[in-house]
Amino acid sequence: MAHIKLAEGLPGIRGLFAFRPETARPLCELAEVLLHQPNSLSAADRELIATYVSSQNDCSYCQKSHGAIAAHHLGGNEVTVDEVKKSPSTAAIPDKLKALLAIAGKVQKGGTHVQPEDIEKARKQGATDEEIHDVVLIAAAFCMYNRYVDGLGTWAPEDLASYRERAAAVATGGYLRIPATIG
Amino acid sequence: MPHIHLTEGVPGILGPMLFRPETAKPLNELAEVLLRGHSTLSPGERELIATYVSAENDCYFCQTVHGAVAAHHLGGNEDLVLKTKTNPSTAPVSPKLKALLEIAGKVQKGGKSVLPDDIDQARQLGATDLEIHDTVLIAAAFCMYNRYVDGLATWAPDNPEMYRAQGARLATQGYLNSTEGVAAASHA
Repeated sequence: MAHIKLAEGLPGIRGLFAFRPETARPLCELAEVLLHQPNSLSAADRELIATYVSSQNDCSYCQKSHGAIAAHHLGGNEVTVDEVKKSPSTAAIPDKLKALLAIAGKVQKGGTHVQPEDIEKARKQGATDEEIHDVVLIAAAFCMYNRYVDGLGTWAPEDLASYRERAAAVATGGYLRIPATIG
Repeated sequence: MPHIHLTEGVPGILGPMLFRPETAKPLNELAEVLLRGHSTLSPGERELIATYVSAENDCYFCQTVHGAVAAHHLGGNEDLVLKTKTNPSTAPVSPKLKALLEIAGKVQKGGKSVLPDDIDQARQLGATDLEIHDTVLIAAAFCMYNRYVDGLATWAPDNPEMYRAQGARLATQGYLNSTEGVAAASHA
């Protein structure tokens, strides 16, 4: 049971968005810019980073929902999503994304864990300043979203089918429609 | 030196905010609602929560600037800020704020560290659902801001006067235009 009284039937962060629309708006806008708006990093890459950080933070709702969105962007490839969560360094993904996931993993532990060598490695694989910025902020933002969802004891469905269904809508429509759909 | 190319002489989070205005906007809006929006918790109390979490995350820039904002709201009481960030359980703050700081400290460690007992304790001291919600989100948000600031190795000056001036500015003018002033100053 959630730590505060939330509307029934809205899992994870959605119950919290309904509880406090004033904070839902900037939280959704941030997700929209970082994960959905056009970027030199694909939407799939960015969702994989969000999924990996959520998995490192052991947040069931976020890793399942963003894992499903990542898989949707990857044409339904859930195997790659699972590989990235378990071990980004051995997953079947490009070296550049591996270097960016290594940075995201350091950010999850704490900002000062990111060392110049980590940045150099990503740059050698072609990562730009904008991409490094966005990876750090995606990882930092999911350290927030994950704590928000679990710190208030929200409910997460076990059944993966419900995540797949919503993933298709978010992958195409983005994050700004979320507050409206629960309004 | 920062990990990416940021405008020189711009401290802390303001560097990456100038670098990427598209993300600065929701980041500033979130801070404004949480720390200065309508709430039954005073701005001073909310800034103390932000300062404590930033200290636990060892983020020098955030704990110093939000400590200065808190002190400004608290009539310049920097000693209270120092005591709260060092040890909230013995700081001269209300029992309710102690219970909320306890929850914030658990959130800093990880969301699942918050237990029903922590919530019950805050509730028994008069905390409402909305106050508990906002405490958890302030703590979670500073786990983001702190990682953003340190994960890009931004510049943090060690001049206390700079932080006092910045603290007074944020306390009175808010967060929405935080980068506009800096942009103007860097062009001057």
